[in-house]
Amino acid sequence: MTTIAWQRRRAGLGRFWAEFRKQRAGVIGGAILLAAVALALLTPLLSDISVMDVTKATGQKLAPPSFEFPLGTDESGRSVLEMIMWGSRVSLFIGFLAALLSIGIGTVVGIAAGHFRGWLSAVLMRVTDWFLVLPSLVLALVLSAILGGSGATIILAIGITSWATTARLIRAQTLAVEARPYIERAKALGAGHWHIMSRHVLPNVAPLVLANTTLQVASAIVAESTLAFLGATSGSTSWGSLLRGAYDWGAATKGAWWYILSPGVCIVAVVLAFTLCGRALEAVLNPRLRGVSR
Amino acid sequence: MTSTIDTGLAADLAAGPASRGMWRYALTKLGGALLSIVMVVIATFFLFRLIPGDPVIAYTRDVPLSPDQINLLRKQMGLDQPVPQQFLDFLVRTFTFDFGTSYEYRRPVLDLIGERFGPTLLLTGVGVIISVALGLWQGTRAAWKHGGRFDRYSTAVSLVLWSVPTFWLGLLLLMTLASGIGPIPGLFPTRGMESVDSPDGFAYVLDVAHHMVLPCLTLVAVVYAQYLLVMRSSLLDEIGQDYVVTARAKGLRDDLVRRRHAVPNALLPTVTLVFIHIGFVVGGAVSVEYVYSWPGLGLLFVEAIKGPDFPVMQGTFIVVCVAVIIMNTLADVLYHVLDPRVRST
Amino acid sequence: MSLLELDELSITYRIASGEVPAVRGVSLALAPGEALGIAGESGSGKSTLAMALLRLLPATARVEGKIMLGGEDILAMKWGRLRAVRWAEASIVFQGAQHGLNPVRRIGEQIAEPLIIHEITKNPDKRVAELLSQVGLPAWRARSYPHELSGGQRQRVMIAMALACEPRLIIADEPTTALDVMVQAQVLTLIKGLIAERGISMIMISHDLSVLADMCDRLGVMYAGRLVEVGPSHEVFHDAKHPYSRALAAAFPTVGDPVSRLAPKGLGGDPPDPMDLPAGCPFHPRCPVALPGCASLDVQLWRAGDRREAACVHVLETEAS
Repeated sequence: MTTIAWQRRRAGLGRFWAEFRKQRAGVIGGAILLAAVALALLTPLLSDISVMDVTKATGQKLAPPSFEFPLGTDESGRSVLEMIMWGSRVSLFIGFLAALLSIGIGTVVGIAAGHFRGWLSAVLMRVTDWFLVLPSLVLALVLSAILGGSGATIILAIGITSWATTARLIRAQTLAVEARPYIERAKALGAGHWHIMSRHVLPNVAPLVLANTTLQVASAIVAESTLAFLGATSGSTSWGSLLRGAYDWGAATKGAWWYILSPGVCIVAVVLAFTLCGRALEAVLNPRLRGVSR
Repeated sequence: MTSTIDTGLAADLAAGPASRGMWRYALTKLGGALLSIVMVVIATFFLFRLIPGDPVIAYTRDVPLSPDQINLLRKQMGLDQPVPQQFLDFLVRTFTFDFGTSYEYRRPVLDLIGERFGPTLLLTGVGVIISVALGLWQGTRAAWKHGGRFDRYSTAVSLVLWSVPTFWLGLLLLMTLASGIGPIPGLFPTRGMESVDSPDGFAYVLDVAHHMVLPCLTLVAVVYAQYLLVMRSSLLDEIGQDYVVTARAKGLRDDLVRRRHAVPNALLPTVTLVFIHIGFVVGGAVSVEYVYSWPGLGLLFVEAIKGPDFPVMQGTFIVVCVAVIIMNTLADVLYHVLDPRVRST
Repeated sequence: MSLLELDELSITYRIASGEVPAVRGVSLALAPGEALGIAGESGSGKSTLAMALLRLLPATARVEGKIMLGGEDILAMKWGRLRAVRWAEASIVFQGAQHGLNPVRRIGEQIAEPLIIHEITKNPDKRVAELLSQVGLPAWRARSYPHELSGGQRQRVMIAMALACEPRLIIADEPTTALDVMVQAQVLTLIKGLIAERGISMIMISHDLSVLADMCDRLGVMYAGRLVEVGPSHEVFHDAKHPYSRALAAAFPTVGDPVSRLAPKGLGGDPPDPMDLPAGCPFHPRCPVALPGCASLDVQLWRAGDRREAACVHVLETEAS
């Protein structure tokens, strides 16, 4: 790529950042996100993985917060705070990857459905509509039960059940982009399918994809925690499985509010942060998008 | 005014070229629904074939069997047939509502589904009705006073509720209102649909209602926010249109402009979206039923995961998917009936 | 006595980053039965002016000055009185071809609506049929929905609707802009005939000077929120005194006239940003005959002939001479 193109991109990025900074909610969301990711990455330095070992638990069972255990203990006497820290790695990791898978499938299907005409487009849209209609949680539960419980299968389950909304969005945008005159010109000059889709459609669709990705991560994290809570665990401790533990051991009826509140607040905070960020991104990119599709 | 409406309706009800088009549309949509249902059944068949391990072993679990008995079972379950034959059998059985026998309960899956269907319908039905009413009303209010305090407040609340997992909200309510915490007493039952010493007659209805309060509240809290946001954005789109200004210019009172002109137009896309989101409601219902041990299809499904009790999972999955597909088809047809612009095509 | 009098009408929009003046100190008078055209580019403030006449602007608009309709100040009216005045004294014809009609209600209902609100008649069907026939539509059309009609037919419905309560003033905001030329001619002829028959006053807003010249008795040109020229329509069209009006008129060539075919047309530059208006005469950056003094001179409407006014320095010179 030429230096001029890079300069322009950098200037564009600068403008984007200036606009984004004005979105207060989005900036707060972004800050929370970065803090959460940082904490997740730094966990091995701050704590030892042996805290999750039931046999090595040192605290009293289901004890309320104290100086030694800031967020109390679980049913085996382990520190809830450290469990949450280790759980964050799993929740965020699965959330990110599941969202990426979902976006990946959605973008490919969306662009293809928007670009090609005839039976291929019709079939793709039928399949997309079918996935859109089906209850994603139920489908994901079935998939994870069948494929077994591991991080990879959970990611697969969430990814396969949530790509449809993205596909629809991308398809609409693809149709708008391809209606523009310079695409006709490109075709007249002999541009093939791959060229048009990758060099013209994809860059124009990319901002929309970016905004959508953050929102997808938000819903993927909720999905992972719900799946883990309902029994489709990934095998490792995540915020959802922590809450399942809390439920199974009667934390609700025994009044162990720290056990129920802490993982839940983390989920809400992170998901809200992603949602605010995503909406801010949409708000910033939207006027640009509108200009692009003219 | 009434005379023009009456003559209009009467003309519509009397069959004409437009209504013939409507029947054709309904039939097309029905065909599409059937296709989707067949796709669900096919997908289910292949999905459940991915199960690792021998279904017979899974079925018999801890009971040791001789090789002869295993072969007999295999024959009974039709597993000795070639795959295409099994597929045909599966199709036939599914469309005659024979979903097999539960590993766990040793009873026909159809019976189990029959028992659990009512409670789910009750909970989801009441939940959706309340959510739609609340969401639409609040969404209208938020959009009409766009930018005002109520608008900003309700949008913020909706965003937060969207980020709260349904099951966690259920846990919180369970902890605070059902078991009671600190100074708050336990006001509601912690599980189930009815008390152990289930009363009769009207007292029974009250008992069930008492048990339904928290699950319904949980379901409504998460779902109504969706409807609010949808109605709000639909109405905002309509408010900007010229015909609303015309209505004001005619001297109509503000609330009449809203009720007679803006809202009916905004309801059209909203109604469709409400039905489309039924899948989301079903997901929420599954979580709610599990947390509160509400004896519905959702609880049955989640418990089947533990086994795993595949016949139950299979049967419940098909039933739930079919229900959602039917709802969506209804939405399409309803939109067609309500929107005069689509009706005459 | 004039039917409508605007006295130093100013409209300012409040937006996040400040205030936008859309209309600045417009004064004019309209006699009963008179048709006044208001021309200008988009952003000149003409539509804002039209909406303000019945207080139909959003809450973010601040309106100052006086709007006297039949001796009453619209801006000072109580809410109830305003609603009674709306449509009964003055009605509006929008671009019906777009979304001026409610898509999910039959047009008969929509025409009958003001009749019922203003309690003109308890049996609106007859009146609706009457109105429809006056605009050249068959009575059975009352049961149709807006999407079942063509653009021209929808416009006729808007006209019928505007006439329903027999108002004294009709405000037509770009009534034919979205229509084909042939249909445009039909609709304009219809409007002209109807208002002449009934002696209704009209304010017609358009960017199309030739249409206004044909339809209206007097013509006013707006630029950057101000009236820059007013006068009898034919005179303003054929012999404009303000350079902007001249450019606007020149953009519509007289078909068959070799002079206009060869004369240079069009105006460079863009209309000024209302938040950043140039000092002095707002037109001077684009004006082909601007003088050095124009950048600082405070322009206003000066007499430019018999019943004519223009806000240009050159007018003063010629008047003086």
